[in-house]
Amino acid sequence: MAETIPLEQVLGTWVAALLTLAIFSFLYRDNPVYKIAEHMFVGVSAGYGVVITWREAVIPDLIQPLLDPAAVDLAGPNYVVLIPGALGMLMFSRFFPRYDWLSRWPIAFVMGYSSGLAIPAAIQMQLLPQLHATLQPVWPAGEVTWWMALSNLLLFVGVLCTLAYFYFSREHKGALGVASRIGIFFLMVAFGAGFGQAVMARVSLLIGRVRFLYDDWWMTLVAPWFGGG
Amino acid sequence: MNVEERPVGWWRAESIWTRLLSLDRRWIFLGIALAVLIPIITGLTLPLGKPAPPTVAVYDYIDALQPGDVVMFAVDYGPSSMPELHPQALAMVRHALEKHLRVLSVSLNVQGTALANDVLQTVGEELGAVDGEDYVNLGFKVGGSAVILGMGEDILTVYPTTADGRRTRTLPIMAGVRNYDDIALVIDLAASNIPGAWIAFAKERYDQDVALGITAIMATDFYPYLQSNQIIGLVNGLKGAAEYEALVGLEGEQAPGMLGMSAQSIAHLLIIVLVIVGNIAYFASGRQRVGH
Repeated sequence: MAETIPLEQVLGTWVAALLTLAIFSFLYRDNPVYKIAEHMFVGVSAGYGVVITWREAVIPDLIQPLLDPAAVDLAGPNYVVLIPGALGMLMFSRFFPRYDWLSRWPIAFVMGYSSGLAIPAAIQMQLLPQLHATLQPVWPAGEVTWWMALSNLLLFVGVLCTLAYFYFSREHKGALGVASRIGIFFLMVAFGAGFGQAVMARVSLLIGRVRFLYDDWWMTLVAPWFGGG
Repeated sequence: MNVEERPVGWWRAESIWTRLLSLDRRWIFLGIALAVLIPIITGLTLPLGKPAPPTVAVYDYIDALQPGDVVMFAVDYGPSSMPELHPQALAMVRHALEKHLRVLSVSLNVQGTALANDVLQTVGEELGAVDGEDYVNLGFKVGGSAVILGMGEDILTVYPTTADGRRTRTLPIMAGVRNYDDIALVIDLAASNIPGAWIAFAKERYDQDVALGITAIMATDFYPYLQSNQIIGLVNGLKGAAEYEALVGLEGEQAPGMLGMSAQSIAHLLIIVLVIVGNIAYFASGRQRVGH
């Protein structure tokens, strides 16, 4: 019964339900109600992000190490955090055109740091392990069954032919042309699998919203008024 | 064809296929809505089938852990991905707490920390688990890969306080937990490219076992890491959540993933029919054009 549900939960459910319906109204056509819901979502998300970042990152990582070190298990103030703090503050120079060049320093720091991390990570995570995983036995012997060998061969051929399709330094004729055309088939299979997964993901999101609208809103809050629920 | 060019009775000359190709897409939206709504209203239950091996791999790994072992859940998704990932998180955290494992939660997504609280409190209250002893939410940190790398050295340095401001070092759950050497498994629940960072830095740099719970749309991107043994298992979308719930033995309201799967199946059937009919209409109307 609706009377036993806390008021804040009732209000929250009504707001969520009406905003969900407002977003769904776009499926019929673009309209002001949809725009309002969209803008509210962007604003609330940004505001929420600022609050959480302040509470769970800025306070324990910048303010407490300086002003209340005991709260973060430090024996004394950690002045090193002033360096990233100052770099972060420089980002606000974007608001002052005369000094906006200062914001390039933290951006340069982040770019350099990210590149330094990303390049070896790409080699460690993707290139070498994936290359190694491609080089599997393609002949049934020992623990390698016929099915495993066939699967490994398919993987090997798929990788080579797909790479051949993306080799653009020579005209796709002869053996290269055949390999690249086979590569297209593998690409189509990958696109098909990707489309199927995308459908499943989007339908799942719709199911989540429909279940919320039906169970949490309609059956719990609305239907009891009509003697149902 | 412009209106002026249309012959008298033009609509009769158009084949059913041509008219199908110009069908207002809103009819399809309506069809999908009904395909989802009717199974939910009627409580239709279709068989789930055999769980996928990558889901079973995650279940088996957690099931083989000993009481007191530590599992870290990285809740790296926001409310927009809740229908797929929240059921996964609920089922896996329940499994871990039922096994008396210690559950740590971290978030590299700013919206994830509130969802981690919801999962831990919901399951914790049902099972009588104690916050700070059996589970804890360490909260959100900015920095992504830097946070993952930092925890490889010292978790307490990266997370001196929990999400609600308690000193992490003082919590019983953190006894003997310093870095990845003391964590049996990291499970990243994500709706973005963050799992790549966990694989690159936690797995490849620190040899930490990693499992993924991801949205279905990401699955094709991360299946190669299964084949290369860089992840121990993968729970794929709502279907994966339902499979995990079945493995844990959940049902009814405790299994939101399974409750959604019948609607999923009906909607997929409708989409398959639409794809087939659309292709037939395309080729049939093409032959008609050639014939004219």
